[in-house]
Formats: sequence, structure tokens, C-alpha cells
Amino acid sequence: MNWRGFYTLFAKEVWRFLKVTTQTIFAPVLTVLLYLLVFASVLSEHVQVYPGVTYASFLIPGLIMMSIIQNAFANSSSSLFQSKMTGNLVFTLLAPLSDLEFFLAFVAASVIRGIVVGLGVLVAAMWFAPLSMHSFWILLGFTVLSSATLGALGVIAGLWAEKWDHVAAFQNFVILPLSFLSGVFYSVNNLPPFWQGLSHFNPFFYMIDGFRYGFFGVADSSLGLSFFVVGLSLAAVSALCLGLLRIGYHLRN
Amino acid sequence: MSHAINIAKVHKNYGKLHALAGVDFQIPQGSFFGLLGPNGAGKSTLINTIAGLTYASTGTVEVMGYDVRAQWRQARKSLGVVPQELVYDSFFSVIEVLRLQSGYFGYGRENYPWLDELLDILSLTDKANASMQSLSGGMKRRALIAQALVHRPPVIVLDEPTAGVDVELRKMLWEFTKRLHKEGHTIVLTTHYLEEAEALCEQIAILNHGQLIALDKTKTLLGRYPYRLLRLSLPLEFALPTLPEALQSKVQSFEQGELVLRLHREQDPICGILESLRVANIPFLDLRTEEPGLEEVFMQLTSDRETLS
Repeated sequence: MNWRGFYTLFAKEVWRFLKVTTQTIFAPVLTVLLYLLVFASVLSEHVQVYPGVTYASFLIPGLIMMSIIQNAFANSSSSLFQSKMTGNLVFTLLAPLSDLEFFLAFVAASVIRGIVVGLGVLVAAMWFAPLSMHSFWILLGFTVLSSATLGALGVIAGLWAEKWDHVAAFQNFVILPLSFLSGVFYSVNNLPPFWQGLSHFNPFFYMIDGFRYGFFGVADSSLGLSFFVVGLSLAAVSALCLGLLRIGYHLRN
Repeated sequence: MSHAINIAKVHKNYGKLHALAGVDFQIPQGSFFGLLGPNGAGKSTLINTIAGLTYASTGTVEVMGYDVRAQWRQARKSLGVVPQELVYDSFFSVIEVLRLQSGYFGYGRENYPWLDELLDILSLTDKANASMQSLSGGMKRRALIAQALVHRPPVIVLDEPTAGVDVELRKMLWEFTKRLHKEGHTIVLTTHYLEEAEALCEQIAILNHGQLIALDKTKTLLGRYPYRLLRLSLPLEFALPTLPEALQSKVQSFEQGELVLRLHREQDPICGILESLRVANIPFLDLRTEEPGLEEVFMQLTSDRETLS
């Protein structure tokens, strides 16, 4: 294992998003604040999802996880695709880095981006509503597993894409709908049976539901099932990603 | 092990296109080797195969004895590639790019003095903290060379390093590659400037249509060309049709009173040519002979193949 090589690529990917924090951290935090401002202020009087939990408090964990999901995906997909398009990825491909080291570096950097954005949103959102923490380790576990899954998915998107339009399509037609329709703004138990059943096929639902459990100790689905589905998603996406890297898909002819 | 690079029966197919058709040759350690060929000959595919950026359909490539597929880690550590295109990461400065590249190869702070030395050798010290994006084309080219050398590879591939650079930088790059060669590095150079290959390379391989059509020492390759050029300065009133018929087929060019004849070394003795001119009553003001350059050899070899195919 080329540990220093792995660490350097990981550090480079983290360094890269830290060089443009306005775009990579502050913009997503502001977006979530706007959601909170609009939804929480309009609906907090009318909606109560869990007993004793205000709508604004209910909303915050979902918004944090949605930001983690979207930013973890954006980090690996945009960085990899940009390097591929500008051609400077060749220097990484010429280096003695294995597929696994390459994969882990991109995914780990996405996890860091997810954590940093998630913390930013948490700090900003705490001004809007009181938040309790049921279990730090559950929160951390879902943060890491979810951002790693989306980081790996971002690598797949970055490999697959041949133009920026493809990256945007992946983001807008896959990540965005799945994250919006995963119970960020509502409890899926309030949905009609058909949509409720369909929501349970969306892995993002388990990411958000499990993360919310970490705050309130209560969720729509069981904690064990959420961990299992998120873990399985990470394993499946990672296996596909490593398979693509092994054959040099869109990287090595 | 005496080969820096061993290319064994390499084929590469892109669908129906046979980009490399059984290329098989070795590049000796410590040599200054030229890889030439017209556009689409397969040079870039071959370099990418050596670098592990393209996988051969069949055949094997070794760098310093390491198979580029089976022993890819050692093979990559043995090779430094300067790509043809000016590719760079706009997020980072020159020194940051070099430190990152050095880190990918497993080096830490202990390698920083070498990186500083590279900057110094390539006259980039005062640009160390400048963004790659802000550099001129020539400086970007130098930074790419530094990036390829961070791990002190024994084998260095320069893919058209002087394409589009000014004369001063070209000279500087020539001197730099000569220095690397003297220090024991194996240099593989691809270039469109044939006089560059002639001046620098000890041995040359020429590819055409994915096949190796020539591989020899530069001097031997030049000696294989059976022609030399005779340049005659003629009076302004001279008209080409007045040239004896036997010489018409030997005319290579006629511009601004200078007639260039391409003469076979054995079949066209110069005294016979001058006698023909005297008989035809064509006076000349000056004459000089010229030995062929790599360009003539290259043109003949590649055009012979075109004719055959």
C-alpha cells in the first residue's frame, strides 16, 4: 500500500475544496438557511411530525443530511471530471497509486467535505430551533456511511461523464430527486400507502431517517434496517466503482 | 537487464483500427532515443502503452525490466512522462503541484530540496508560488517537465516537448535534456522537428501505420539514404525547360535562381552532371553539395510505405 501516495491524493482533494470555500461550504450552508427560513417559518405553526418536536427541529437533521449527500457527491464527481477534462488527471494516473488508493482518497475527501458542510449547516441552523442529540455515534456513523456512499457514486459519475452536462444530469435527475423525496421535509408515514412503500426503496430515505434518529431517538424506520441499507448501498456502490477503476473505464484505454 | 524499455509484439486495436500492429523493439539503457512518425502513425498510442495509460490488446511492455501491467507500481516509479498537451491543475501553484506529485510517488519533505533544485534548473524559482494558470506557455511546459522528474525516474519520455515553444526555450530544453542524458537517464523523445531528433538522438525508430519501419543508429539511418543534393546558382535568364532531359527527373526544386538536384550517390557522379550542363550550355554561378538530413530519410521511408500500401 502506497500510504503516502494515498494520503497526498486525499489531502489534495480536501485542499482543493478548501481553496474555494465560498462555493463548496458557504453556498450550501446559505441554501439550507433559506430552506429553513421559508419552510420552518411558514409551516412551523401548522405541522408537527413527532410529538414534542417542532417542525423546524424536525426539518434540520433532514436538511443537514441532504447537504451532506449533495456535497459529498459534488466533491468527487466535479473534481474527477474536471481533472479528466483538463487532462491533468494524467499525472495521477502515471503515479504508483492503486485503484483502491485512488478510490479511498476521493471517497475520504468527500466524507470530509460532507462533515464540514454538515457542521456548517448544524451551527447555522441551531439559531432557528432547539436541537437535542440522542447519540453522537449514530450521527457520526450515518454521516460517514452516507457521505462515503455518495462520494463513491460521485467517482462513478465522474468516470462516466464525458461532458459537464452529464455531471449536471446525474446531479439534477438522480441525486436531487432522490434526496428531496426521502423524507427531508416530511415523515414518510404521513404519505399515502403507495408513496410510503416506494420511499422505502430509496436508500437516501434510510440515510436521513437514521440520521434523524441520532437527534431524536425516534424515526420512521428501524435503526437497524437503516444501518443495513446504508451499509449495503455503500458496499454495492464501492464494488461497482472499484470494478470500473480496475478496467480503467474512461481512464485508461 | 540492459533495456530501459522492452516492447514485445505489441498490438493495439480500437475497433477496426489497428493502431499498433506488432511493434517489437528495445530501447537501451542510457540511450537518447528518438521515436518518429507522421501524424496517426501510432506514436502517442505507443507512449501511452509504455506509460500504462493505454492497455495493449496483445503483447507486453517492460520499463526497466518491470511489466507495465503486472508490475505497474515499479514500472511507473521508473518512468517520467512529459505529456504533449499543456495540462495543469489551475487550483494549485507550481511548488504545490510538484509537492503533490512527489507525494503520489511516496516522497515527503526529504524530497523538497530536489524539488527546489528542479525549479532552479528550469528557471522557475521566482514562479514557485505562482498559480499554474498564470504562467506563460513556456513556463507551463517547464513546470510539466519538473512534474515528470519529481521522483528522479531513470527513464524519461518527452512527447513533443518543443512543440510551439520559442527558439530560446527550445535551446534551453535541448541543453536540459542533454544534461539529463549525461547524468545517465534514458531519454525517449518524440518530435515533429526532425533536425531536433538528428541533433539529439543516438538511435531512432520510425513508426508508420502502427508498424516499425526503421530502427537504427541515427548515423546509420542517414547513411542508408542513397541520395545527396546538388545546389546550383543559375543566371536569372535560365528557364527550367532548357535543362537536359536526363536531368529533368532529378530536379527537387527550382526557386529564385537556385536549382536543387537530387543525385544518386553511385549512379549520378557529379562530374557527369556538370558535363551535361556544359554541353547544354547552361552556365552556373556557384555550386555546393549537401548531405541528406533526417527529413529526407523520413520522407523517403514513409513515402515508400505509402507506395507499397
